[in-house]
Amino acid sequence: MKRRSLRLLHSSVTNLIIIVLGAGMLYPIAWLVSAAFKPSNAIFTSASLIPKEITFENFPMGWKGIGIVGFDTFFLNSFIICALCVLANVVFCSLTAYAFARLRFAGRNIWFAVMLLTWMLPAHVTTIPRYIIFRSFGWLDSILPIVVPKMFATDAFFIFLLVQFIRSLPKELDESALIDGCGKWGIFRRIIMPLTVPALITTVLFTFLWTWDDFFNQLLYLNSPPKYTVPMGLRLFIDSSGISSWGPMFAMSVLSLIPSFILFFSLQKYFVQGISTTGIKG
Amino acid sequence: MTRSVQRAVRENATSYAFLIPWLLGFFVLTLYPMIYSLYLSFTDFNILQPPKWIGIRNYFIMFAGNDQFPKDQRFLNSLSVTFRYVFIAVPLKLVFALAVAMLMNQKLKLMPLYRAVYYIPTLLGGSVAIAVLWRRLFAGDGVLNMILRGAFNLDPPSWISNPGYALYTLILLAVWQFGSPMIIFLAGLKQIPQEYYEASSIDGAGKVRQFFAITMPALSPIIFFNLVMQMITAFQSFTQAFIISGGSGGPLDSTMFYSLYLYIKGFGFSEMGYASAMAWVLLVIIAALTALTFKASGSLVSYGSGE
Repeated sequence: MKRRSLRLLHSSVTNLIIIVLGAGMLYPIAWLVSAAFKPSNAIFTSASLIPKEITFENFPMGWKGIGIVGFDTFFLNSFIICALCVLANVVFCSLTAYAFARLRFAGRNIWFAVMLLTWMLPAHVTTIPRYIIFRSFGWLDSILPIVVPKMFATDAFFIFLLVQFIRSLPKELDESALIDGCGKWGIFRRIIMPLTVPALITTVLFTFLWTWDDFFNQLLYLNSPPKYTVPMGLRLFIDSSGISSWGPMFAMSVLSLIPSFILFFSLQKYFVQGISTTGIKG
Repeated sequence: MTRSVQRAVRENATSYAFLIPWLLGFFVLTLYPMIYSLYLSFTDFNILQPPKWIGIRNYFIMFAGNDQFPKDQRFLNSLSVTFRYVFIAVPLKLVFALAVAMLMNQKLKLMPLYRAVYYIPTLLGGSVAIAVLWRRLFAGDGVLNMILRGAFNLDPPSWISNPGYALYTLILLAVWQFGSPMIIFLAGLKQIPQEYYEASSIDGAGKVRQFFAITMPALSPIIFFNLVMQMITAFQSFTQAFIISGGSGGPLDSTMFYSLYLYIKGFGFSEMGYASAMAWVLLVIIAALTALTFKASGSLVSYGSGE
């Protein structure tokens, strides 16, 4: 009896510590959300999370953006880029992963090692030449420099993730399909792809998140406001920051976080799987 | 050609067909750019005129310098800022991640919820929105100072516009995002057989002893993996310093991260040869540190016998 109450005490203390620490960690985000509903001139008068006066006007004001282009354009641009990158990664990283995980060919181990090395390669080494190449194609101020590289399976992280997953699938399935007269393409499409869905969902999630937040490439390649994405639109607020634009700026910041938030909470399981499988087996 | 050779060739060809997109990408978007940027690093190149060969001058300006080509102090400063950032933020982040993972590694009913909540900063932290928020949290009239003034009656400085503190706001932002290593540690802790702990406590080992004798060795490959990955990522951070310093690396270059300076040199001043040289120096630094970590891990990491 005594031991049980001791254990209860122990677990409630643990719970308490976790909750207090977690609340502290979330305070900045909670403050951001509450600031989005405060009048601009009241935002920096108190650190309290509960607004004295709730207003919704920050949202329509922010939505109009600064200058001629509004957040309807920024969100649309962001979603288009993300959708194309997600699609390209799902198709081309899984093709590559299938080859590395299942097919036999001369030089496979060497290419696999090369692929892992590109994962570690700092992007800066290719940034400037790629910029020069894309410039010579006339691709500056377009989404092509951001989207097209994904069609060549340049995200080694996802190839690795998918290779690990495909390797864990039983080989007998391939073999029986082979006996039934399936070619490599048939096995890939009918057997491997459907079974790889959990890892593909992880790929979709992280491609979306990283593309959504990828400020560097957008800064480099999107040069005119009609092409801007959400992060670029937010940056316009900082450059023209006066007290009056704080409210709208925070309102749009909150909106910009919502897609990631929804994806995370609806597909949390796949997040955890994705993070831990690559981590442990790496 | 015999039939079996023919078949082997065909087998190889159909396999390589799946690899074509990646191979093309590797040659056109990775290998060729690498060689090209290595070449550019020995030139003076402003993108409008053709590159002019200048030998090792770019590297000379970074590390030595003379009267004619003075040493680039801003480069060395950016290197030192980045090193301080990486070597403070990464260990702190891993320590927090491990501590929280151990705290959560118990039979807690709300574990999935806790894990999700602790991952939220990592989920959102890389965004411009959070960088914008951070700027306002640590401004002179920001949220932190409102709390300090109100509760403790202090007169705190503006954290982001003070060269002594600005970098630490960025470090705090990085440490705040300890979610990924935490999840990896949690998964690792779950794989340690509970019997190890039971057996050792019968032998009279305390919690501290158990941590160093069981937990640390079992987790060492994971700690090592996290260390390498977090280091590589931290060396390349850009967005947060760019937004928080308004693209300047200020105040007084105190948040001038390596990538930010590379961006300013290459795309602000159009010194693309110099920026390429910087990219190669970064590659060498990261490769050397990774190799060093690998080497050190040889004696520290135990991979066990099973897996």
